[in-house]
This record gives sequence, structure tokens and C-alpha cells, in this order.
Amino acid sequence: MALAQETVLLHGHIIDSLILAKVLDTILMMGGAFDLSEVRIGATRGEPSSARIFVRASSPALLTDILDAIQPHGATIERESDCTIESAPADGILPEGFYATTHLPTQIRVQGRWLDVEAIEMDVAIRVDQEWASARAVPMGEVRKGDRIVTGRDGIRVLPLERPKERDVFSFMEAQVSSERPHGHIILDVARRMTSLRAARAAGQGTSDVLLAGGPAIIHAGGRDALTWLIKAGFIQVLFCGNALAAHDMEAHLFGTSLGYGLTAGRAVPHGHEHHLRTINRIRAIGGIEEAVRSGVVTEGIMAACVRRGVRLVLAGTIRDDGPLPGVITDSVKAQAAMRAALPSVGLALLVASTLHAVATGNLLPATVPTVCVDVNPSVPTKLADRGSFQAVGLVMDAASFLRELARELGWKA
Amino acid sequence: MSRLLVCPPDYFSIDYEINPWMRLSNRVDPDLARAQWQGLMTVLERQAGAVLERLAPVPGLPDMVFTANAGVVVGRRAVPSRFRHPERRREEPHFEAWFRAHGYEVTKLEEGLYFEGAGDLLGFPEAVPARWFGGYRQRSEVRAYDRLGDLFGCEIVPVELVDSRFYHLDTCFCPLSGGDLLYYPPAFDRYARAVIEDQISEGRRLAVPEEEALRFACNAVCVGRHVVLPEGCPRTAQLLRALDYETHAVALDEFMKAGGSAKCLTLALD
Repeated sequence: MALAQETVLLHGHIIDSLILAKVLDTILMMGGAFDLSEVRIGATRGEPSSARIFVRASSPALLTDILDAIQPHGATIERESDCTIESAPADGILPEGFYATTHLPTQIRVQGRWLDVEAIEMDVAIRVDQEWASARAVPMGEVRKGDRIVTGRDGIRVLPLERPKERDVFSFMEAQVSSERPHGHIILDVARRMTSLRAARAAGQGTSDVLLAGGPAIIHAGGRDALTWLIKAGFIQVLFCGNALAAHDMEAHLFGTSLGYGLTAGRAVPHGHEHHLRTINRIRAIGGIEEAVRSGVVTEGIMAACVRRGVRLVLAGTIRDDGPLPGVITDSVKAQAAMRAALPSVGLALLVASTLHAVATGNLLPATVPTVCVDVNPSVPTKLADRGSFQAVGLVMDAASFLRELARELGWKA
Repeated sequence: MSRLLVCPPDYFSIDYEINPWMRLSNRVDPDLARAQWQGLMTVLERQAGAVLERLAPVPGLPDMVFTANAGVVVGRRAVPSRFRHPERRREEPHFEAWFRAHGYEVTKLEEGLYFEGAGDLLGFPEAVPARWFGGYRQRSEVRAYDRLGDLFGCEIVPVELVDSRFYHLDTCFCPLSGGDLLYYPPAFDRYARAVIEDQISEGRRLAVPEEEALRFACNAVCVGRHVVLPEGCPRTAQLLRALDYETHAVALDEFMKAGGSAKCLTLALD
């Protein structure tokens, strides 16, 4: 829909005179769409009001028609200027007045043309290429001396999210967190999205991968079988986790325990607390997770399914990790970069039972990616929303219950 | 006391066509025009008790007789018109000079921002708070009211005019001294009609019938309880009398050839 857009301003006694209503009606009647980005209502009768209206149309011709129709009612096109650009003073240092991004689709105006900012994510800067032909979101640490960085606020527009065509839980596009809401329909909507994304992937369409970022509670709580099935059935293409989820998954296979607790009997096993250390040690001896799967040491579980299905796995370490397992990225900046590199194909994100990975992934995801955050602790989805990932739907429930219910909706027989 | 600015019709004629009423072929009878104008002046002075200020007519400016379009006056401040049609732009310096010569503080709108004075800006200055309405789309531009509202520190509600025969607000909208309104609703778009209905209570809104609207019944001059309107509008006169206004019908059909009547021939100064 958003093939052509323009921001217009309306100022004066636009409320009582119904001028604002008329302008908005005109835009809609002509087949356009609008977002009111700012409305300031005069405090007294004598004081004028003003509105900033973002007008969208399906074609530049229709946009021109709409603008022609609303200009006689006082709508003026916002004066446009190019964005300002300054050189990065040194590697890893942004110019003082750098523009800090949101995770919403963003455009910048360069030499009179509007460019889409590629790979948008929140809280980074925007770099323009040497040919002035493209722009990309860039984290502070990746900036090189002399890079052209967007500064100030002129010539930048942040586009509101389009309401998705699908009428499901994601179409509200706002973080909703409640432990009192029924979960069933949300899980059903997630399952529907995953089914349609799988079909889109089969048809060769982009941004149709499903990402799961998860914590070890998935294993402890009994969600391992369901997640393994989801991966085997081709519903998940990208997995972000830490050392623990991988270690406990393979511990479960090798020792039948998760952090020392017998997964079937539910009791602490003698010396069980050593099992994850012994698992990590064994995998280190073999050389890596993939080698362990390929050599037949690890034959089932989440890691085995990932290796067999070619799931992109990013293991990000933390300061409390044991080992860690080979492949765990212990440099958090490098881990962030590896996660970022796996995101462009993602069309749905499931953040399950991990505060750290949920927030880290939320920071990297553009607002256009539907996101579900599942945690028994309501503070996790709340935290995610507070940090700006307003598109994430919060689900307060146990990770294993979520994964099992989701897998059942998708055809898991267990 | 009501002071009105008027301009004798010495050079009044149809020299161009800038509204649907004007036909070059429809010649003005100068003697009859002068007699009709004099008739209006007599009623305004003698019966309505208005004080008239006469502006010297200028050869070659036939529409200067329509002083309602000289500009707008609020207190001691005058904003001269910026005409949409180049034919009338030549009147601007003469009106401006008159305002300056008579001690008004003159504020000029930016060039290209069309505003045709009290022809399009009318209101209820005695109401508390004062209420003003600005006609737009035909001649004046809606943006002008934003500027004028700031200048005068008042609310001006823009109302869209949708019928080219009623090209100025004063051809279809006449605020009366008692807070009542004479108007012709079909000349406005539905938003403007809704706004007028919202701002002026039903008993105070007098909707004139079409045939009288087309005789410019709304182009009336209200001085106190006196309303001077073109002749041939008996139903409008009846509506006015029902609200205790004293009506005076004046023959002005020579001026209708140019699309103007009683109100167009005057500008309220205070």
C-alpha cells in the first residue's frame, strides 16, 4: 500500500470548523490512508490547533490527486529537506548529534530522494554508502572512521506500521501482557502464522523463517520433545540460545537428566549436578555439537534436530556459563553480530523462557516482525515492551505448556 | 453609531466576467445605477441611521463600488484585500491608501494569499466571545483565516462555499445584530452546514428560500434592528420581521448584473 506518502500540516481552527474531519474524510474517500502523527489542540477558543498528517496512497498519481484535493482546505506539504550527514570521527565513535533509530521502518532523504534504511533495528545509527545510493542501520561498534552518519532530525521519516492483512492476535500490533487472558487463541494464531510461513518458504518467498530464542527452562519444564518435533517438522529455521539450553538438551540425551534432575522420575539423581559438566566436557572432546551429532554421540533432541535440519544456531554465552560448549560465542558484541546476521530472513519470532535472549533479540528485531514473548514471569514480556518492542504479544505461561500446545496445533501426536 | 464605507458608482460597468452573474453583453444603465445607489444611501442614512464615509471612485475600476471587498476592519486595524482576480487587484492600492489616510493600522497579507475582505469574513463581533466565519474555496483562501485569527486574536471558523453563484460569504450569509443569522444553506458544504448549525441555535438561523437567495436576499446590511435588503425578497423580509427586525427593501438590480447587492456596496468600519 505505502507506495507513495507525504506529510502535510494543517493549522488554524481546524477542530470546531470540521476542517480536520473533512481533510481526513477526503483522504479516505479518495482511497488513501493516513496517520495523525501529531495533533495539538488550542487551549482556548481563540487559540489555533494544528495537526501533522501522514498521507499514504497506493500510487504517486493517487497521492498527487489526494494532495490536490486537501490543499484548498489548508493542508500544506511539510517542507522537506535532505537529512544532515557527518563523518564518523574515529572507529567505533559516532558523530555527536547522531540520529538514534527506532525499530520502525525508516526512510532518509538524500540528494532529494527518499531511501529506505536497510536492516532497521532500534538504538543504532544510520550509515549512508559511498555512492549515496543506500542507507543501512549500523551499530556504534561497527562504525569506521569517515563513515557517513545521519545526524539531527531533518530529512528522516519513521513510517508507522501497516496493519497486517491477517486478522489475528498480531494485528493489534501492541504489547499485551496478561496472565488472565486465555492462551488458546493466541497459540492458535501463532500456529496459523507458522503454517502459512512454511507454505511461503516452500514457495520460495523471503522473510518466511521462524526464529525461536529460548532458555534452558524449556528443557527443565519438559518442552524438549515438543521443540524437537517443531524443528524436525520444519517449523523453525533459526534458534538463538545460550550455553545452557544446548548443554541440558544434550545432557538429557546422554544422562536422562536436566541439571541433574531425572526428566522422567523428576528426582535428583546421585551426582546429577555433574551431568551437564560431563556433557559439556564430552562435546568439547569431540570438537563441537555438529561433530557430536554427525558422529552419532548425540542422536536425538533439539541440537540433533537443528544439525539435521540445517537450522541456523546462534549460541551466545554469558559470564555464568560452564565450559562453555564449542560454538558458544563468548564475545557479546560478536554474538550480537551473529544474531543480527541471522535476522533478515525472519518472519516470526518466538521468544520463550529467557529474559536475556528475549530482550537481546527484541532489540535487534524490526517492528515489522510479529513477535511472541512467552514466560511464566509477566515481568519478561513487560520488560520487552518497556524497552520498545511494542509489537511483541506477551503470553504469561510455562514454556513447556506453550511448546506442547503449539506443536499439537501443528500436528504433533504426543 | 454605525459607520459604513461606500464608493459612488461613477465608473461602475461590466468590463469583464469574473463571476457567473457578469455578462459583458448585459450593459449597466449608469443613470439607473446611480439612482439605485443613491436610493440605498438614503435608506442607510435616513432610515437605518448609518454614517457614511465616501471613497473617491477611480476611473477604470468598475468594481470599486463594492467596498465590502476593500478589506476588513477590526477596531483600528485594517487588513486590505488580496484579490484572486487580476481585474480587481488594481483596486488594492486605493483601498489601502484610504485606510492609511484615515488612521487605520494597516496589516497586509503576503502576496498570493487571496482574501477578499468583508465579502468573505463576517461575524458576530458583539458576541462573547466574538465569533467570525470565513468563506473559502471560491475567492478567499482558507489559510488567510489562520493568519487573520492570529492577527485579531479571535477564532475564525472557515466555511467552504460550494456554489459559484454564491462566490463570497456575504452573498449567502448575513449575521444580524441580535445574534441571528440569515443564510442560504445549500451554498455551503455539509461540514460548514453542520458547523453553522452547531454554533447558531435553530431559532436564530433564518434559512432563505432559493429564489430569494438568488436575488441576494442574504446580501443585506444590518444596522441595529434595521435590515436593508434587495427588493423582491418578501419571504426573507417576513422571516426578519418575525424576529423584530425592521426591513427596508431597495431596488438594486443594476448591481446584480455584476453579482452584488446592498451588502457588497458597503464596508462596516465599526
